[in-house]
Amino acid sequence: MCVGPASGERQQVVKGDAAERRPFLRLENLTKRFDQTTAVDDVSVSLDRGEMLALLGPSGSGKTTTLRLLAGFEVPDAGRVLVENDDVTAVEPVRRRFGMVFQHYALFPHLDVGENVAFGLESLGVRGDALNGRVARALALVDLAGYERRRVGQLSGGQQQRVALARALAPEPRVLLLDEPLSNLDPALRERTRREIRELIRRLGITTVFVTHEQDEAFDLGDRVALLRAGRLEQVGTPEDLYALPSNAFVAEFIGRSTSIGVTVIGPGERGLRVAVEQVEWDLTEGLTPGVTQGPALMVVRPEALRLTQPTTGAIPGRITERRFTGSASLYAVLTAGGTTLEVSGPPRSVSIGDQVGIMPSRRAGGGIHLFPAVPA
Amino acid sequence: MRRRQGGAGAVALLLLLIWLVVYPLVIVLIEGFRGPGGWTLEYLRLFFQRHNEAAALWGSLWISLATVALAALIGIPLAYLFWRYDFPGRRILGGLVALPAVLPPLVGVIAFLFLYGESGFTSLLVQRVLRLEEPPWRLQGAGAILLVHAYSMYVYFYLFTRAALASLDAAQLEAAASLGAGRWRTLRRVVFPFLYSALMGGALLTFMTALASFSAPYIFGGGFRVMTTQIVATRLNGDDQLAMIETASLTLVALVALWFLRGAPSTENLSGGRKGIAPSLIPIRSRWLRVVAGILGWVLALVLLLPHLTLLLVSFVPAGTWTTEPLPPAYTWRNYLALVQDPVRSRPLLNSLWLATAATIAAVVIALLAGWMAVQRRRALARSIQGLLALPWAVPGTVFAIALATAFSVHAPLTGRIILVGTIWLLPLAYLVRNLPITSRAVTAGFRALDPALDEAAATLGAGRWRTLRRVTLPLLRPALMAGASLAFVTAFGDFVTSIMLYTYDTRPISMEILSSLRQSDVGVAAAYGVVLMAVSAAVFAIGADRGSAG
Repeated sequence: MCVGPASGERQQVVKGDAAERRPFLRLENLTKRFDQTTAVDDVSVSLDRGEMLALLGPSGSGKTTTLRLLAGFEVPDAGRVLVENDDVTAVEPVRRRFGMVFQHYALFPHLDVGENVAFGLESLGVRGDALNGRVARALALVDLAGYERRRVGQLSGGQQQRVALARALAPEPRVLLLDEPLSNLDPALRERTRREIRELIRRLGITTVFVTHEQDEAFDLGDRVALLRAGRLEQVGTPEDLYALPSNAFVAEFIGRSTSIGVTVIGPGERGLRVAVEQVEWDLTEGLTPGVTQGPALMVVRPEALRLTQPTTGAIPGRITERRFTGSASLYAVLTAGGTTLEVSGPPRSVSIGDQVGIMPSRRAGGGIHLFPAVPA
Repeated sequence: MRRRQGGAGAVALLLLLIWLVVYPLVIVLIEGFRGPGGWTLEYLRLFFQRHNEAAALWGSLWISLATVALAALIGIPLAYLFWRYDFPGRRILGGLVALPAVLPPLVGVIAFLFLYGESGFTSLLVQRVLRLEEPPWRLQGAGAILLVHAYSMYVYFYLFTRAALASLDAAQLEAAASLGAGRWRTLRRVVFPFLYSALMGGALLTFMTALASFSAPYIFGGGFRVMTTQIVATRLNGDDQLAMIETASLTLVALVALWFLRGAPSTENLSGGRKGIAPSLIPIRSRWLRVVAGILGWVLALVLLLPHLTLLLVSFVPAGTWTTEPLPPAYTWRNYLALVQDPVRSRPLLNSLWLATAATIAAVVIALLAGWMAVQRRRALARSIQGLLALPWAVPGTVFAIALATAFSVHAPLTGRIILVGTIWLLPLAYLVRNLPITSRAVTAGFRALDPALDEAAATLGAGRWRTLRRVTLPLLRPALMAGASLAFVTAFGDFVTSIMLYTYDTRPISMEILSSLRQSDVGVAAAYGVVLMAVSAAVFAIGADRGSAG
């Protein structure tokens, strides 16, 4: 196993002494403007060697531009890209030694599979038997051993994707970049390919940045996730952090299912913080963002952090308007008296559309309710 | 640094094109207003005074419009028929409909002469059958020109319409049917609007080609003058300044037409469109309709094929043996042997070969540079370059011939003018200028169709600019390059209109030799040259298409 720059030995360095570890790849204050719009706005992230970072965000959030800045296809208006303290911002893509898998793979249609994989190795001057051996090894990595002489056009989408991965990995790049690597695969294949990519990259220990607009993919593949909006980095963290400790309302709403409702924070209550939601008052203990201790706030709630009750005191009154069966539970849309729709998780078939119900915080809300400063309308 | 170098290259290319394309036209315009004693409007006045000038301009205009109408009338229904219906002989006929495209203009004209002319097969046959004293018709004047135009130019409408129909998704027809639209309503509301821009493109191409047409009016015009033949006649009379004014007037008509049809897209938009699923063919079920369709199909096939067959037949006729018989009485290989063995006869073949090759290589190189610049980021400069490359297309060949002959007849290096008239370089230069639009359009379309991600992929794999060009860009451009080059070569190889004004004895091309053979009543040799031209054109087209699809 010699494909990929970092094998066991290097990984141990990373895991060895956490106090002394230096980031392998650093994005420092990257900024890129196109005409009037700022596509990437002061983005800074660091990656350890062998780490996998997901760039997640809605379309137009600047994630692809960030990836292209990393690859060197775009030149930042400000900021730097560093690999092991080596500033590569001005290094052309050709000499940067960052491998990339393109969204539509960009396989060379006139070359066969082997020639595609050999392309990057030839740039390094690898020839003859060494070349053939490394092509074969790269193809074996992606389970396509013996596919050298196939034409690219004869391959299925999943196979093309793997050839693209083998081609990017064969020259042993310092960093691997993946642009929406799974977006062109059908859902069933996507799941499996995702698992294969994760295992392969873990095994090779190659530092990887990938772009996706799907939260599942980001959570499944990424050691950490960088959530972008309108070019700005909203939060970087492990998937668990982003889910349980969102730093603002956008993160809370973008990650996972949630609905939000305007509330007023009254002050300290018997247990935790006392909050007025429509006509009722709740004492909330968990998932509170420090800083909102008084006044209007936005409450973002996961469906499982709420429960349905009979319309009683202490419960927000509402009417069921929609029911979606998801297997183990149902998701109910409840139109509150105040005119907000909240999504509440509950046992399937416990209530029907049109029923009058009450909404209470779930006893095991566990990080499912978040308060953020109210955004002035 | 890299950007700088590319920028300098672009500026150099721009200057070269201005010198080759714009400058000669400007000089022609200026010369038309200069007399021996300085600036003058004398020639303009002369132009407006003479009745035959207006008549020639009007002739050019109406012949071109009538050609568009005729070509559309034949080409569009034919394309629709092939796209929608299955009928007996569809396959064979499908291979034949584009046949007129392999006939270089002059060759088509002489084939018509042998076939439908006063002493051609058809008229002799009719005369014999009806026992007439005189030939039944004379192939002369506007009617004769229109006949040749319709035969050779319906192909534009046919090809444009087919290309557009090929990108029409069958689901749209099914959608129309499911919404209750009958065949006619679907045709009127769905198919025609979809075809609109392609039809405009076909109309523009046909109009421009007809306006610039020279061979047919030159051979069949007789007393009927169009502007292209008028210019040549005026020039031969030595009225150079008046010829300049005529040239300017024809250019003006061309530019006005271009402006009117400016919404028309170029072919590249058609080929680059999304690919639809072709609808299944509707078989013609009614028995007698099948018979009628079959007969019409075979008649059409015969009409399409006859000029080629005629040329082939006549090329085997010994000099002076065929006079009034419906079919030539004697046959020989000698005409072809003469082309190879007689140095005087073989010289034009070699001339045309090297002239066309040189012009094609130069055009491809320029088109490659321009296409590459078009996909880079220097938009303004690239757009000017593309505009200059397209300009010769809008200007009739006669005009360019005059312009080049005028611009390069003076030795004044400081003003960018050198003497090329009378040298062997003027003709390939003229071919090159005329080839620029076709070649650059094909190559630029090829560049545009390339996925920019392929370049980026090559870069991430460490391939520099040259390696990317050699290993990725050029191999992928091969179909476009072959298409552009084959079109350019065929056009230059069979060129007549610029050659007649610019050739020297040393560079006399095939077309001029055909003309002189005809003048010496050596029809066999003229036809043999025609067959060679036709065969080489067809072969080059075939190679272009074959290499294109293999890539």
